[in-house]
Amino acid sequence: MQEPRAFLQRAAAKTRDEEHRLKILKAIDTYTRVVEQRKHTQFRDWRQARQLAARIKDDVLARLPELLQQFEERITARGARVFWAETAAEARQYILDLVARRQARVVVKSKSMTTEEIGLNEALQHAGVDVWESDLGELIVQVAGEKPYHIVTPAMHKNREDVARLFHEKLGAPLTQDVEQLTMIAREHLRHAYVSAEIGITGANFILAEEGAIVMTENEGNGRLTMACPPVHVVLVGLEKVLPSMRELALFLPLLATSGTGQQITCYNSIVRGPRQPGEPDGPEEMHIILLDNGRTELLAQPEFQHVLRCIRCGACLNACPVYRTIGGHTYNTPYQGPIGSVITPHLRGFRQWYHLPFASSLCGACSDVCPVNIDLHHLLLWNRHRAVEREHTAAPGWRLAMKLWAWGMRRRKRIALLRPWLRLGTKLLLPLLPGAQRRRVPSMAEHSFARLWRDHERQKSHF
Amino acid sequence: MRVSLFIPCLVDQVYPEIGLSMARVLERLGFELHYDPRQTCCGQPAFNAGHVSEARSVAENFVEVFREARVIVGPSGSCTAMVRHFYGRLFARHPLAAAAGDLSRRVYEFSEFLKQYVPADRIRGAFSAKMGFHNSCHSYRELGITDEHVAFLQHIRGLEWIPLPGEPVCCGFGGLFSFKFAPIAETMAKTRLDMFLEAGCDTLLSNDPGCIMHLRQEVQARGLPLRILHLAELLDRAME
Ligand code: SF4
Repeated sequence: MQEPRAFLQRAAAKTRDEEHRLKILKAIDTYTRVVEQRKHTQFRDWRQARQLAARIKDDVLARLPELLQQFEERITARGARVFWAETAAEARQYILDLVARRQARVVVKSKSMTTEEIGLNEALQHAGVDVWESDLGELIVQVAGEKPYHIVTPAMHKNREDVARLFHEKLGAPLTQDVEQLTMIAREHLRHAYVSAEIGITGANFILAEEGAIVMTENEGNGRLTMACPPVHVVLVGLEKVLPSMRELALFLPLLATSGTGQQITCYNSIVRGPRQPGEPDGPEEMHIILLDNGRTELLAQPEFQHVLRCIRCGACLNACPVYRTIGGHTYNTPYQGPIGSVITPHLRGFRQWYHLPFASSLCGACSDVCPVNIDLHHLLLWNRHRAVEREHTAAPGWRLAMKLWAWGMRRRKRIALLRPWLRLGTKLLLPLLPGAQRRRVPSMAEHSFARLWRDHERQKSHF
Repeated sequence: MRVSLFIPCLVDQVYPEIGLSMARVLERLGFELHYDPRQTCCGQPAFNAGHVSEARSVAENFVEVFREARVIVGPSGSCTAMVRHFYGRLFARHPLAAAAGDLSRRVYEFSEFLKQYVPADRIRGAFSAKMGFHNSCHSYRELGITDEHVAFLQHIRGLEWIPLPGEPVCCGFGGLFSFKFAPIAETMAKTRLDMFLEAGCDTLLSNDPGCIMHLRQEVQARGLPLRILHLAELLDRAME
């Protein structure tokens, strides 16, 4: 089935799932309360903080090549290797070659949406590699045989009972709802992954040009183990994640923690400048950084869209989105869900198949309100629609014709007046043919238009 | 002061009583009204559906009609936002660009207009309701309209104002979105209406005919004990 149709079907199914709706509303309600408070305890002026963050990122984007080169020079000087991947396929191949060279059977990963973007897990499994997700949320969806539901909280759609049942059924663990015990089960399950894995794969939240370093923030410590235990550490990161220097972290770490989870600061923040250095007792032998383009420079080349590359993947726009809350993360069928996903996916993966995403929005703008780097997401959704229709010609012939007729009629009062009785009759006749939900959304036209009633109104007045 | 009525297509064709209510309220407050029946639609439905050229061809008519108008008042936040904020883009490098840009400074949403031109204590009357305000997303985010804009309702006797917690939440209308993605839009309406019912409202007040249509359809389908009113309808009845 075509993706746009499949999307609608998945969405409709989710809207009938009342349990899902209430679960997500509750989870996001808690999130919102914590985050709204945090914004005010963390920053003297939240609005100013996000403006500053946006300015810094815009400056980064204006001199992206220079900063990335600086990063490359500095980190390779300390023994890391940097690979510029233009496409997802190139990034995948680089990792597969590495796997072959190191004869790796086991790979351990910490949460990275960028690896989802390039379809890494599937590629590795296809090559016969055992892939272990070490982030608790990622592990939960992996064990359940699902995809991440949310870019920050991949298992947001599963509550404690769901996880207990899942671990019981799939891992043979005793049934318990105690969070600590559930974490212990996961830890036990993962222990051997860290020691047997030949390669650890992580993402990075930021990369620092001046210091030649990658920065990773996390809450469980699994990321640290993933990059420190195996002999090879691979970092896959979008090339827009660069910051000029460590100084900017003073703003960006709290900004990300606040918008992501409402924390003052995430529990573990690692800054890594290369593999194990001579004389150092531990750390990986090899470190590879893959700078992924995959459509990003094309976004950069469009003045109207380039500032979407400010995104720090905090997930706030997903939580704020009433459509996301209604249809859930899986419905999008993309690594990046919600408003940010609907803005970038058509550009990264093609309008042909993904044009429907920007249309699946009420354009309410709640996303733009919460974005910590001030991306006007809802306007970008609208510009995407314009591009889809005007340049990519994605509108169905029926819609195109309908809009043309509508515009013809709406250009002159005389024409609407002429069409009006026919439209009223037409909707009455066609209404029963529509599916229920759409039928309920068609307005019934008033007996008389305002234009006509106004004439009466004026006449009455002149009688007095 | 002479006021030109801006009657959005949805009001013209589906809810003319909202337009008449607004007109009566403005007349009672002493404004001289002008309505030009050549107006049809601001072009927003096509613009938001991605069909820019169709939107422009309809908006051209709008600009011609209102070219000479001094003050334009309409009962819809999102249509006002269309003219004020999106005509610039729609008419970029177009012969009507200057005229369209000029309109943006003269067009007002109804509650904005009242707040700016009518002293709050001039709006008096009585209406009994436990009322919550559903600020439309475009009115809130594109026009910056807040609860303050309807503070004049304090002078209406019998009105119990029930504040809703948090930011305004979308009702799921979104123009053609609510038709193309009807199941999503319906569920969003349900979520939004639940908030009003839980807060104990018996009346929902809005300033956007689109939201009103969408919410009324849902209230009717589910038989909910909630009355949905436009600000103009409320004032019209209260000031009688
Ligand atoms: S677009 Fe903004 S709110 Fe959404 S994930 Fe990116 S930074 Fe966060």
